[in-house]
Amino acid sequence: MRTGVLAKKLGMTRFFDEAGQHVPVTVLSLDGCQVTAQKTVEKDGYVALQLGAGAKKAKNTSQAMRGHFAKALVEPKHIVTEFRVSEDSLIEVGAELTADHFVPGQKVDIQGTTIGKGFAGGMKRWNFGGLRATHGVSLSHRSLGSTGQRQDPGKTFKGKKMGGHLGVETVTTQNLTVWRVDVERGLIMIKGSVPGSENGYVKVSDAVKKALHADAPKPGAFRALGSAPAAEPEAPAQEGAE
Amino acid sequence: MNILQTLEAEEAARLVEKRGGVPDFQPGDTLRVNVRIKEGERERVQAFEGVCIARAGGGVQENFTVRKISFGEGVERVFPTVSPNIESIEVKRRGAVRRAKLYYLRDRRGKSARIAERQMNTTAKGEAKE
Repeated sequence: MRTGVLAKKLGMTRFFDEAGQHVPVTVLSLDGCQVTAQKTVEKDGYVALQLGAGAKKAKNTSQAMRGHFAKALVEPKHIVTEFRVSEDSLIEVGAELTADHFVPGQKVDIQGTTIGKGFAGGMKRWNFGGLRATHGVSLSHRSLGSTGQRQDPGKTFKGKKMGGHLGVETVTTQNLTVWRVDVERGLIMIKGSVPGSENGYVKVSDAVKKALHADAPKPGAFRALGSAPAAEPEAPAQEGAE
Repeated sequence: MNILQTLEAEEAARLVEKRGGVPDFQPGDTLRVNVRIKEGERERVQAFEGVCIARAGGGVQENFTVRKISFGEGVERVFPTVSPNIESIEVKRRGAVRRAKLYYLRDRRGKSARIAERQMNTTAKGEAKE
């Protein structure tokens, strides 16, 4: 089981495929995705890679996390997460994952936090039909309708679909296709939409319900800690140009 | 430019170069758009000739609308400017108009739907500016 990567969702656009058809594409940026720690059976009882991504000011990082990042010799990261991996897929601490970790045509699962919708009614939250527009309906065109039976059972069952908070939940979209990767700029382009808002972070991993693509590198595509500075001055320059 | 705009511009430039450039045209011009049409195995080119009444969008998402009168019925088609399905675009006639969107042509028929030809000196000025 290979590691996934942490990526920032930049937004959506569309490209043409060979047949001249439009393809909707979500652009994800790797944004300095580095290994910050390894979890091993001896020490932690399970095997995983801890990854961090995005820049964070040192003064806004807690002393404890500063020590943690210093141990891994990486800059403070905005977001840190873990990916369960098999033991042969462990990557050294400090390595920066690159976009060619995934190959075009590969299926991936993407996990993100959906956009918050606040308190939403039954029509928006559960696709209820609402009431009629005419025929005597007044002031309740978007209401739920009935929530139960009569004196028996005499209560509304638990779990009844009703209005309430919608969004800001962790959602995994499975079997999305990698459209293209751009190693120099650290971009992964995914066919279709991805959960979450723009500039939010998502977890991209190999699809669990599909066999791994034959060309996918094992244990992964990454730059080792020493070779990372060569690429780093390039990234801030791009941000400045924006 | 952010990364998304850069990507779109690069993709558009790549597709345009593949086709050998997009001619400089604007609303009011009469265009002949050669469209690739796939019929099973065979591929052929069909022309759509009419007045460009609008251009919209930018980069890889840019499109333009061409209107013509076919058998007494108005027909409009929207083409993505950099689509690989367009073989070429020819400018047949330059029109002099004062709007970016010529939707008023939809309500006109015959004589009142004509567009005056753009004079050479105005064209020269426009080219000099570029």
